Amino acid sequence: MAKKIFQRPKYLKKAVFHYCPGCGHSILHRLVAEVLEELDIGERTIGIPPAGCAVLAYNYFDVDMGEAPHGRGAAVATGVKRTLPDRIVFSYQGDGDIAAIGTAETIHAANRGENITVIFVNNGCYGMTGGQMAPTTLIGQNSTTTPGGRDVKRDAAPIDLSEMLAIARGSVYIERTAISSPKNIRRTKRALTKAFKTQMAGLGFSLIEVLSPCPVNWKMSPVDAAKWIDDTMTQTFPLKVIKDEVGKLD
Amino acid sequence: MSKKVLMRGSQAIGEAAVRAGCRFYAGYPITPQNELTEYMAEAMDGLNDGTFIQAESELAAINMVIGASMAGARAMTSSSSPGISLKQEGISFLAAQELPAVIVNTMRGGPGLGNIAPSQSDYFQATRGGGHGDYRTIVLAPASGQELADLTRTAFEYADKYRSPVLILGDGMMGQMMEPIVFPEPIDVRTFSPKSWILDGAKGRPSRIILSLLLNPPEQEDLNWRLARKYEIITREIPMSESYMTSDANMIVIAYGTAARIAKGAVKRVRELGLKVGLLRPITLWPFPNRPLKELSRHVREFLVFEMNMGQMIDDVKLALEGRGNVHFYGRPGGIISTPDEIAKTINSIYHRQHLEED
Repeated sequence: MAKKIFQRPKYLKKAVFHYCPGCGHSILHRLVAEVLEELDIGERTIGIPPAGCAVLAYNYFDVDMGEAPHGRGAAVATGVKRTLPDRIVFSYQGDGDIAAIGTAETIHAANRGENITVIFVNNGCYGMTGGQMAPTTLIGQNSTTTPGGRDVKRDAAPIDLSEMLAIARGSVYIERTAISSPKNIRRTKRALTKAFKTQMAGLGFSLIEVLSPCPVNWKMSPVDAAKWIDDTMTQTFPLKVIKDEVGKLD
Repeated sequence: MSKKVLMRGSQAIGEAAVRAGCRFYAGYPITPQNELTEYMAEAMDGLNDGTFIQAESELAAINMVIGASMAGARAMTSSSSPGISLKQEGISFLAAQELPAVIVNTMRGGPGLGNIAPSQSDYFQATRGGGHGDYRTIVLAPASGQELADLTRTAFEYADKYRSPVLILGDGMMGQMMEPIVFPEPIDVRTFSPKSWILDGAKGRPSRIILSLLLNPPEQEDLNWRLARKYEIITREIPMSESYMTSDANMIVIAYGTAARIAKGAVKRVRELGLKVGLLRPITLWPFPNRPLKELSRHVREFLVFEMNMGQMIDDVKLALEGRGNVHFYGRPGGIISTPDEIAKTINSIYHRQHLEED
């Protein structure tokens, strides 16, 4: 009798992802769904998708999902979590959503120590609107609004949102990982698990920043995009635990 | 039986909200309504199931309300004119996602930062949706402390019944004035019937989605039709107004909120002089009480709209009258409060110029 060793996670719907070939969202969705299943929290989880490519996350996650206005994920999540403190609440936000238009909401939620988990997908561009410069676009990186490459004087340097959030007194666990190799994908899943466990233990604000490929807007093949994350993107955004006041969790 | 208590208007809204089962409040400081925010801070602190958050911005406050409403709480935020502008993004989402919420606007003089004096500057913003998109919000316009308390209860009921944001439109004068109020008995929130649409975790049921992105035009059209049908029902079911000395009147003053109280004083004064003048006071601004105006227009020719602005509700009066009767306007914007004598003089001059004493 054949043993089933790989299947659709419980909390992913039977739907075909709309994401582009090589996009990191599909992998990350799967990881989040696996973690919800392994921690057995899917039936008490509420997810807050952003405006951006991942707005349609509600078509894929088989948990309660409430769409937030652009950038307001952390504020909406705050409202849900404070109303239902025993539920698990996560927001899933892109770099433009969380680090440009929603910076204030994010910083203040972190500083309040809201007991929520934020998944911050950093692909260095505005994907859904066609590849404009994001707050996290690298210096020299081309985008449709930085045609000659991002220029520090004209366009500012990329923003280190996760490091900024680590300064916030209410944040307890912040890690930057990547969807670029099997090893990094496994690390991302470990980080997500710890972030949700942090929330389950009621310890405060947790955030996982995930460097994620956007081959279409980067104008690269999926393989080259993954390599570019490891070789180039991580030089500006190094993979590391940025803040950990949680320690080991069972 | 509740007994009469003397209370400031802003605080009366707070007390009435708590008694209506409001368990979530998020707000940002802005004058002239800070007493409400402060009242909610203390009141929620005293409840084991209440949440008060002083948000970092008006935007954050309304979005926290969105989250609380998604999770099933009776939720409220409040502000004053410039702050309400900032909340409009969230109000549009509340309408699109059909989420109940109560938003209090203690209006002040504007545009821009304006001032902090009582005004009715935001009638257009309140009654025309305010944010982007094709939607309406229910707008209640109390005119006394007692009505602030009563209509706050009503606001929460309508918000839940119609799954819609409800605005309470007051002004700094109403917010600051102390009046005797009898509060309705508190509702035990455990007696609320469970909401079938909230996000509280998909345990033993299919997962739910609350969204407003409808990329497929037919789906967006479906939402717009559903909202339109809801607005038709609301327009049929809830228009409210007060008629004062209108039965024999040949001239009608139309005013709401604080302006209506001033106008009532003016009507009393001109009645003493023998002028047959009445007052129609809209209590719901949207839906506008068209019917009583239409009925009055059968025997009344002259209408005077009095507002604490440069003329906003007058558009709705004209729409309700559909060309029957002459519509005059008197307004003082910028936080200037007219006296009943001032309005009485205006009434008098129109009354005689139109030879109404001969009717």
